[in-house]
Amino acid sequence: MSPVLEVRDLAVSFGTREGAVRAVDGVSLTVKRGEVLGLVGESGSGKSVTGLSIMGLIDAPGRITAGSIKFEGRELVGLPEKELRTLRGRRIAMIFQDPMTTLNPVLRVDTQMIEAIRAHEAVSEKAARDRAARALARVGIPSPEERLQSYPHQFSGGMRQRVAIAIALLHGPALLVADEPTTALDVTIQAQILAEVQQLCAETGTALVWVTHDLAVVAGLADRIAVMYAGRIVEDGPVDGVLDSPRHPYTAGLIGSVPSRNRRGSPLAQIPGMTPSLANLPPGCAFAPRCPRADAACRIEAPPLLAETGGRAFRCIHPLTAEGVAA
Amino acid sequence: MSEPIVSIESVSKRFTKRVDLAGKFANLLGAGLRDQVVRAVDGVSLDIRPGEVLGLVGESGCGKSTLGRMVAGIMDPTEGLIRYRGQDVAGLDGPKRREADLAIQMIFQDPMASLNPRMRIDEIVGEAPVVHGLVPAARKRDYVAEMLSRVGLDPAVMGRYPHQFSGGQRARIGIARALAVQPKVLVCDEAVAALDVSIQAQVLNLFMDLRRDLDLTYLFVSHDLGVVEHIADRVAVMYLGRIVELAPADALFTRPNHPYTQALLSEVPRLDGRKRRFTALKGEIPSPLHPPPGCHFHPRCPKAMDICREGRPPLLEVGSGHVSACRLNEVAVAD
Ligand SMILES: Nc1ncnc2c1ncn2[C@@H]1O[C@H](COP(=O)(O)OP(=O)(O)O)[C@@H](O)[C@H]1O
Ligand SMILES: Nc1ncnc2c1ncn2[C@@H]1O[C@H](COP(=O)(O)OP(=O)(O)O)[C@@H](O)[C@H]1O
Ligand code: SF4
Ligand SMILES: [Mg+2]
Ligand SMILES: [Mg+2]
Repeated sequence: MSPVLEVRDLAVSFGTREGAVRAVDGVSLTVKRGEVLGLVGESGSGKSVTGLSIMGLIDAPGRITAGSIKFEGRELVGLPEKELRTLRGRRIAMIFQDPMTTLNPVLRVDTQMIEAIRAHEAVSEKAARDRAARALARVGIPSPEERLQSYPHQFSGGMRQRVAIAIALLHGPALLVADEPTTALDVTIQAQILAEVQQLCAETGTALVWVTHDLAVVAGLADRIAVMYAGRIVEDGPVDGVLDSPRHPYTAGLIGSVPSRNRRGSPLAQIPGMTPSLANLPPGCAFAPRCPRADAACRIEAPPLLAETGGRAFRCIHPLTAEGVAA
Repeated sequence: MSEPIVSIESVSKRFTKRVDLAGKFANLLGAGLRDQVVRAVDGVSLDIRPGEVLGLVGESGCGKSTLGRMVAGIMDPTEGLIRYRGQDVAGLDGPKRREADLAIQMIFQDPMASLNPRMRIDEIVGEAPVVHGLVPAARKRDYVAEMLSRVGLDPAVMGRYPHQFSGGQRARIGIARALAVQPKVLVCDEAVAALDVSIQAQVLNLFMDLRRDLDLTYLFVSHDLGVVEHIADRVAVMYLGRIVELAPADALFTRPNHPYTQALLSEVPRLDGRKRRFTALKGEIPSPLHPPPGCHFHPRCPKAMDICREGRPPLLEVGSGHVSACRLNEVAVAD
């Protein structure tokens, strides 16, 4: 069976005053049915642009300049907008950090949900309303019939995100791209939403790409992790392997910076320096200026993605040993 | 034990939410809307000991920032008082009040919003110490250079403006500005929340270095339990305006007593919690406009009993330096 999503060598550029910026550069990803992929990286690393590319939502000044995005075996790059639109919302859905990205503030929730159902299926309004109410109930919204008649601003932040999730899952999509949907929420509300998404995706076999800066969230949720740095995937593999024995020095540094990985009160392991500006990336490995293992060879050309057994891959010419540094 | 450096004594803060214009129209039609009172902080008592890092955790809206602002003297309590080295800060005036105000400085989450975009770094950092006579104007440049080096910035940048810096560097500028008035206590309000993990680690390390070098005391407000677990000596947990548990960090994270603390800790995502089933605490955080009676946590509490709906559970000692406001502890004693 072909994977639900197969991204190959994707490159996305944005025209800016400082010239073209490669926000995504040679990204490859594979997600199978029912699989959860955690796409992790610090701000500006290209996570959202990757997610938006999969949805066919890159607009000027951005442009997909190379690569392929196959969804259920079908090429999405270059697909006419009309065909993309029939896929979006039905077979592929996305949720965002700010649920108001997808909710219309001036329409009642029932209007929006009924419209979303009837856009893809010829059902009566009554049937659509029933289905909307059931969808709200499934994401843990109490008295759904009543709540359907509310406007988005009448919900709390957590409830609003649930409405967005209910809409995204209305048609049981094959793929859900979630771009930091719990980042702005409190931990107890985040845990509720993680529990619901986890359960719903397991029920429907929906493949999930969960974008986040929070390694700990994907540790609990994902089957595989892909780590991004400056527009590239620098490491990719099963969760346990990547977190317990990272091969790329950036992944290792990121894990080391997480406070709970350190002894209380002792200095945190830290990655020196700042996240680079994409407008003037150094030649070679973009992480070299901050990397404790870097040497002259690292500054010559960008390391290729090296595949390893066990479904692991990384972009580093001086990787950590397989036993790793993890404590 | 040494005298507390800051004492928070039965402090409450209420905000009045006035009926807005739309509400006033609705009232003309007989809606009967009234001003509403938010109890942002509800009868909190807490001592901060010299040299400690006291962590203050809880979910959004529970009153952490309001309590922090009162401690920093930016806001006066509605009830109760805050003492700095034994003196009631709100009751002080003249040089004494100024001294207390300078001694407790606040560091904010968003350095950009708290740094004047039109001021150069040397003015941002050097203005207050000169105005308050801590350094003569002639020494300002040297002093600013010293402060910038202390927070890990190159003094050569002092002629630049805030927008020319990254988020992590702006956080350092905010810290340099606070340090410049030679404070004894820093109230950090979500001071690393906006930073990427790798930059957050750098700034947390800086806070720990400063504590050692300058004998600082911290009230460290954060919704991030991982960060607080790492940096704090003691931790206070707030829920809806009240402190529900206070304990040495070790005890709090290994033996949480209050059902809310237990729920909160079990739901923090952890690197070693792989492919777990998220099982969530039910319900929403109630509005502080209408806090539930009794224990504020009872509508969400898996262990709630009838008595939990009546009266405020007192903070009872459950271990050494460990107090918790849960009725279960009274039941345990009565048995
Ligand atoms: N609309 C845009 N215009 C110009 N550049 C953009 C735009 N959107 C994204 N970028 C560039 O792409 C980079 C990656 O952005 P993004 O994918 O949003 O990062 P992340 O989601 O990892 O924080 C940004 O640093 C920025 O340089
Ligand atoms: N200036 C204010 N006016 C009115 N209400 C306020 C004000 N500041 C805070 N509040 C309310 O007080 C409660 C506690 O807020 P806050 O102290 O900011 O909580 P936290 O920092 O824990 O998120 C919230 O319900 C908030 O809406
Ligand atoms: S007092 Fe009652 S409701 Fe409150 S936390 Fe304890 S058991 Fe739960
Ligand atoms: Mg993003
Ligand atoms: Mg706050």
